[in-house]
Amino acid sequence: MAERERRITPPYGGVFVARKRVMDAEAVRRAVTRIAHEVIERNAGLTDVVIIGLQTGGVPLARSLAETLERIEGNGVEVPCGSLDVAFYRDDIGLRPVMPEAVTSIAVDLTGKVVVLVDDVLFTGRTIRAALDALTDYGRPKAVQLAVMIDRGHRELPIRPDYVGKNLPTRRDEAVDVHSDGVDLGDMINDRKPRP
Amino acid sequence: MKHLLSIAELGRDGLEELLDLTDSMIEVAERRIPKVPALRGKTVVSLFYEDSTRTRLSFETAAKRLSADTMNFSVSTSSVKKGESLRDTVLTIEAMGVDAIVVRHPSAGVPWQIASWVDASVINAGDGWHEHPTQALLDSYTIRERLGSLTDRHIAIVGDIKHSRVARSDVFAFTALGAHVTLVAPPTLLPPSLEGWPVAVSHDLDSVLKTVDVVYLLRMQKERQSEALLPSLREYTAQYGLTRERARLLGEDTLVMHPGPMNRGVEIAAEVADLPRAVITRQVANGVAVRSAVLFKLLSEPDGGSDA
Amino acid sequence: MAAAMPELVIRGGTVIDESGSRRADVAVDGGVVIAVGDGLDGRTVLDATGCVVSAGFVDLHTHLRQPGREEAETVETGSRAAALGGFTAVVAMPNTEPAIDSAGVVREVLDWAAKALCDVRPAGAITKGRAGTELAPMAEMAELGVRLFTDDGSGVQDSRLMRRALEYASALGVTLAQHCEDEGLASGGHMHEGEWSSRLGVPGIPAEAEELMVARDIALCRLTGAPVHFLHLSTARSVEMIRAAKAEGLPVTAEAAPHHFTLTHAAVERYDTVFKVNPPLRTDGDVAAVRTGLADGTIDAIATDHAPHAQEVKEAAFDEAPPGMLGLETALPLALRLGLPIERVLALLSWNPARIAGLTAEHGGPIAEGRPANVTVLDLGHAWTVEPERLASRSRNTPYAGWALTGRARHTVLRGEPVVVEFEPTR
Repeated sequence: MAERERRITPPYGGVFVARKRVMDAEAVRRAVTRIAHEVIERNAGLTDVVIIGLQTGGVPLARSLAETLERIEGNGVEVPCGSLDVAFYRDDIGLRPVMPEAVTSIAVDLTGKVVVLVDDVLFTGRTIRAALDALTDYGRPKAVQLAVMIDRGHRELPIRPDYVGKNLPTRRDEAVDVHSDGVDLGDMINDRKPRP
Repeated sequence: MKHLLSIAELGRDGLEELLDLTDSMIEVAERRIPKVPALRGKTVVSLFYEDSTRTRLSFETAAKRLSADTMNFSVSTSSVKKGESLRDTVLTIEAMGVDAIVVRHPSAGVPWQIASWVDASVINAGDGWHEHPTQALLDSYTIRERLGSLTDRHIAIVGDIKHSRVARSDVFAFTALGAHVTLVAPPTLLPPSLEGWPVAVSHDLDSVLKTVDVVYLLRMQKERQSEALLPSLREYTAQYGLTRERARLLGEDTLVMHPGPMNRGVEIAAEVADLPRAVITRQVANGVAVRSAVLFKLLSEPDGGSDA
Repeated sequence: MAAAMPELVIRGGTVIDESGSRRADVAVDGGVVIAVGDGLDGRTVLDATGCVVSAGFVDLHTHLRQPGREEAETVETGSRAAALGGFTAVVAMPNTEPAIDSAGVVREVLDWAAKALCDVRPAGAITKGRAGTELAPMAEMAELGVRLFTDDGSGVQDSRLMRRALEYASALGVTLAQHCEDEGLASGGHMHEGEWSSRLGVPGIPAEAEELMVARDIALCRLTGAPVHFLHLSTARSVEMIRAAKAEGLPVTAEAAPHHFTLTHAAVERYDTVFKVNPPLRTDGDVAAVRTGLADGTIDAIATDHAPHAQEVKEAAFDEAPPGMLGLETALPLALRLGLPIERVLALLSWNPARIAGLTAEHGGPIAEGRPANVTVLDLGHAWTVEPERLASRSRNTPYAGWALTGRARHTVLRGEPVVVEFEPTR
């Protein structure tokens, strides 16, 4: 299977080598649609719902979710969508090299909103903890809900997702990669440097 | 990267990484609460052997935006002469537990010397005539912000190049990012040797003004007159000042920049300093973001990272 | 043995002096050489197998810092470094605190010198306090044996005063030596003005600051007929002017320091103050010209300009640190790197400076019966590494820290007393 480079994002670093495809593109699309329905049901509509994708894996999913929500609900409703880079809120600054991958872009005041955080893979929960910290700097949301495509277990903090694409039990040393063609299970080869 | 001592050592990649990081810091600055916890628990000390409230406050604000703690150590020259050696001063500060030392000193090379004595990260905030790396970073960022990129841009740096650490750092930074730099100054205010400097030189400001995308003015200090480097400030302004008449020669999109503080009426006419093309206050705002980027880059990496 | 054995014999070496080179032993007794020949014996034997036996070196230019800056060096510690470097005599520069500008201070220095490990001859200042305004009492200092006068550390700026000083000195039979530096051009500078100073942003001292005074003093020498010795020449044009002056027949002599034929201004790159010196380290072209001058006789002597400074004062900003480097213990191996014949090297270190300093009665050879026993035994192949903490000087400011050098004084004998044996001082 193809190697895929991963930029150094915690807790991974190095080159991702896939072993098994666990979801294909169609399965991902269906999961997004299902999650969209769940969001609408849970929040009795889309009033005050804001979608925020976490850099970088959650951003394309967030956009896809926002578009799906608008399509399902119809009536020309617009769902605000933003992106959040949590580099400045991580708890492992100083332990590993960490740089923001993109500039955070949240155009609305989050006070009183229902924020649906979107990420590709939920693992230890530390990234989500950092994201919750970051969100409070943009206002006081009415509620924060979490949508992830893959929950791979091994939580280190009391964080739980509200919407899950697929539960995927993994070994701690394995890696999961969500991309445009689907979701792969594989390994991070740390001593191989990503191609420039 | 452990220290930021000079642009020369930073290289193009290092420059661009810091400029990209500055984008994120600008976003932080524009929030309702412009603060992130990134450097919580880290201590940044300013060790300034030269008066400079502006730069010191800029660094302090930059550190506080990242939730770092700050300490100030302003040393007037008279107390330095009372006998504590530079090395002893610096080791005493380090013993108090600091992660970064921001140092400004009237002698070139002091940041290198300090970096050889301490474990903390060292940031050069200006060493004598030599370099002022964060100034060059914020200048580069401002140009990039306004003109999109520095590649193939023409930039004139005007004034007392010989004594200017800003000029030196800017020459390195602008040329590394692909710009073409022309130095405009009377012969007495150019360095004795320009060997190896990737610049053009002119003594005719009027002809240069028509061709440039950026005019960067350096501060003309009154003391230069007493050192017989200039007959008078009036003559300097007549030959090299950006007067109202000269400002009309500039292209529509040409930027006017200055490291501050300005001597209105000397190197720049008062009215010119207030034109929309004069981005001096933007430089100052970008300065805090750039310095936050530098602090984050140096202090967020694990100890034992490679030395700059 | 019935007849008394000589106190000391230096055995198995090759004796080289101005008259030539020969394999011979040297016997010493009562402070004097009593025999030079084969198969000699003595109560103490200094092995000189594979070594060169030379007249002890004479340094025309050493800063012993006493009185006033004893934390950097004293007459005793400096003389120990000298002896380890193969020197049996040094001329102590007068920029002490107070300056050596009167008989009283000369006497003090001579007192300390009595217990030193080499012969210490104070130089006197040309002007009172080295201030450059009034002549110092040269006659009263000359009466105590002072033969060289200089304001070293500074040059005498006032041309009229320098002319008067030369005229006055010529009557006394002493020599004036000049630290050539025009203060107007040099002021504010801390390294050679050129490509490197521009890159590093350090104010520079142009070569012309030295050359102006070299040209002036050659002219004053011509005007007054008095001899002038030029200290630490460092630029190509300075060497060229001396060459022309000698061709003209003027009584000028010149010295060069090891750092000016070994290091260039590129060494200042990391702002390490150990490379800050006055005159400053110059360009490759200047270094080449100094080397040529040493080879062709334009420059008469190698003089160390040994300038110790306590660590605390050197650990300052480059602009603020005092200039100066150690030199006594590293002069020989650096001189050997010139690639000159050994006789030329010994001339530069021993008999030429002995002549300029007026010390030929006791130093500089020849190594012959009846001559005072001021001798050094040199192991030219001895490999060693410069470790600042292991040098005898009280200070550590050597620019050669970590250098692997070849050549060292194995033994040094002062007036018949071994002061260095097997590379170690005896006291």
